[in-house]
Amino acid sequence: MSSSALQIVWVYPDLLSTYGDRGNMLILAHRARARGIPVQTHEIHVNEALPEGDIYLMGGGEDGPQALAAERLLADRGLHRAVDRRAVVFAVCAGYQLLGSSFFAKGAKFGGLDLIDISSDRGETRAVGELGGEVDPALGLPTLSGFENHGGRTHLGPGVKPLATVKTGIGNDGRTEGAWAGTVLGTYCHGPALSRNPALADLLLRWATGEETLSDMDDTWPSRLRKERLTATGLA
Amino acid sequence: MTGNLSSVEDEKKLPLRASLAASVSRTAAALSRAAGRGDGSVIGGKLGMMIDPDLLAHLAAGRKIALVSGTNGKTTTTRFTTAALSVLGDVATNSFGANMPTGHTSALARAGSTPFAVLEVDEHWLPKVIAATDPKVVALLNLSRDQLDRAKEVAMMAQLWRDTFAKHPGIHLVANADDPMIVYAVGAAPSVTWFSAGQRWREDAHVCPACGGHMERGEADDAHWQCSNGDLVRPTPQWTVDGNAVIDASGTRHELKLQLPGKVNVGNAATALAVTHYLGADTAEAAPKLAEVASVAGRYAQVERDGRKIRLLLAKNPASWLEAFDMAEDAPTLLAINARDPDGYDTSWLFDVDFSPLRGRQVLITGERAYDLAVRLEVNEVPFTHVASFARAVQTAPPGRLEVIANYSAFQDIRAELDRVV
Ligand SMILES: [Zn+2]
Repeated sequence: MSSSALQIVWVYPDLLSTYGDRGNMLILAHRARARGIPVQTHEIHVNEALPEGDIYLMGGGEDGPQALAAERLLADRGLHRAVDRRAVVFAVCAGYQLLGSSFFAKGAKFGGLDLIDISSDRGETRAVGELGGEVDPALGLPTLSGFENHGGRTHLGPGVKPLATVKTGIGNDGRTEGAWAGTVLGTYCHGPALSRNPALADLLLRWATGEETLSDMDDTWPSRLRKERLTATGLA
Repeated sequence: MTGNLSSVEDEKKLPLRASLAASVSRTAAALSRAAGRGDGSVIGGKLGMMIDPDLLAHLAAGRKIALVSGTNGKTTTTRFTTAALSVLGDVATNSFGANMPTGHTSALARAGSTPFAVLEVDEHWLPKVIAATDPKVVALLNLSRDQLDRAKEVAMMAQLWRDTFAKHPGIHLVANADDPMIVYAVGAAPSVTWFSAGQRWREDAHVCPACGGHMERGEADDAHWQCSNGDLVRPTPQWTVDGNAVIDASGTRHELKLQLPGKVNVGNAATALAVTHYLGADTAEAAPKLAEVASVAGRYAQVERDGRKIRLLLAKNPASWLEAFDMAEDAPTLLAINARDPDGYDTSWLFDVDFSPLRGRQVLITGERAYDLAVRLEVNEVPFTHVASFARAVQTAPPGRLEVIANYSAFQDIRAELDRVV
């Protein structure tokens, strides 16, 4: 891999890809290129070793594939090495749950990757619908807006901070949504979470490049989409 | 009302309660239609089933029944099968796409006595409809992601079907050999005709539904696939397609002159002919009937308006968007997206669709969720113009062909708007 280009690694799209998860990779690449940052993207399947990269993405998945992904990632250790050297990890839904110490799938408890201080189990109801809230002020981002569709509940330990305080939807438990620690960030905003949250995409790019600011780009359409969704969900 | 009740000879053989229910169902449907509330097939069926929950079973009894299910192509395949089967006799069908038991009840009641029925069935309802109608043959088209915010996961659906067919070994299946989910659903069913119509959308078939292992695709032979652990392998299809022709199980080639566009509809035609063949029709005699189908519940319909030749294509999930791009001509194209209840409230799937085949065409976008689409197209590097409505799109496009690709409720809105004008 060329070291001059930003390396984006999508972890196991053959296992962890539902709900337009490809979108996050496409959006990050698009927003980097718009700033003149060269990008290479890599889709790493479950039978391949994880390469060294700058940003790792994990998507949602059904129970069986989620359990298999945990088993393979624990054996591979590539994501653990990535976090040790402060690469960026952005994970949604099943991928988010994998970051923690444990999760439930197929009615049983599985060990997770233990990359951040969270654990997940099952809620009594499935959380389906618009999800939004105010982002942790330390991250300096505007209101989070997304769509959730999951049966999990996630408990945050003292080693992480919630990504947002829930205003609409369920997220982790109806009060908080997502979690972050260092350069690892997870959310229940599934699929192309970054399409409605371009500032979050830019935060991941800033973490990955070490740049404090990125040049302006034309955000006409993401801005209109955000405004329309925030208005529709009473968060505007 | 009494005239309606007494004029129906066919219901003499039904139990009294079922006969009454069938009449009420038919009358309510007629009233609903007269009142301008849709085609009445759902309300009529609901009323009928309130009187006799076994009405569908009563109405199905004595007919040779074919069911058609799958994520995509079921309305068109049902229409094709109905057309092809007409060479053998009268065919009842739910031609308005009302594909749950209320719609089936209504369709059979409305048709009166027929030797055959071809029913499109919602994937979730297939086990119940099989139990009620005792079909001779069931066509299984494909299973892929659809309406993600509420649909059962794809693998769960395949399992549900598999369990159902294990309980009904007497049913003949006409099944898609190209879709691993369908092959898993068929399981050990003893009587199967396999067809191959290609599978453009494969994102839901990377993982073996039997073991969770990786699915291998053949390098040289694109159609071949197998589970890396060996428990699921693509069956050899007996019916295949080649260009505009269907090759039947005996190797005979049937050239089709379909009015409906695209390779996917040649595949739907092959499925319909395989079903019809199993029910006893001569394929050479049945095949020309498919050319009489010009549109299906408004889909593929062509309408002239203000010098624009507008064609409507329905695309409701990632697999059907790929098919729509395949069918659409290289012409100005309007994309319309809503996210109401029938569409699903989640627009994430837009990022599962690669819109790059539209590059180089004039692309217009509209609908309640046009901004979701706008962001997707920008990232996809497909230039577009946002317009406020379908009417504005027609004004914006140059005279000549205008392709319209819309998801479910956006499609219905545009149909209604065209009906008002035409
Ligand atoms: Zn397998």
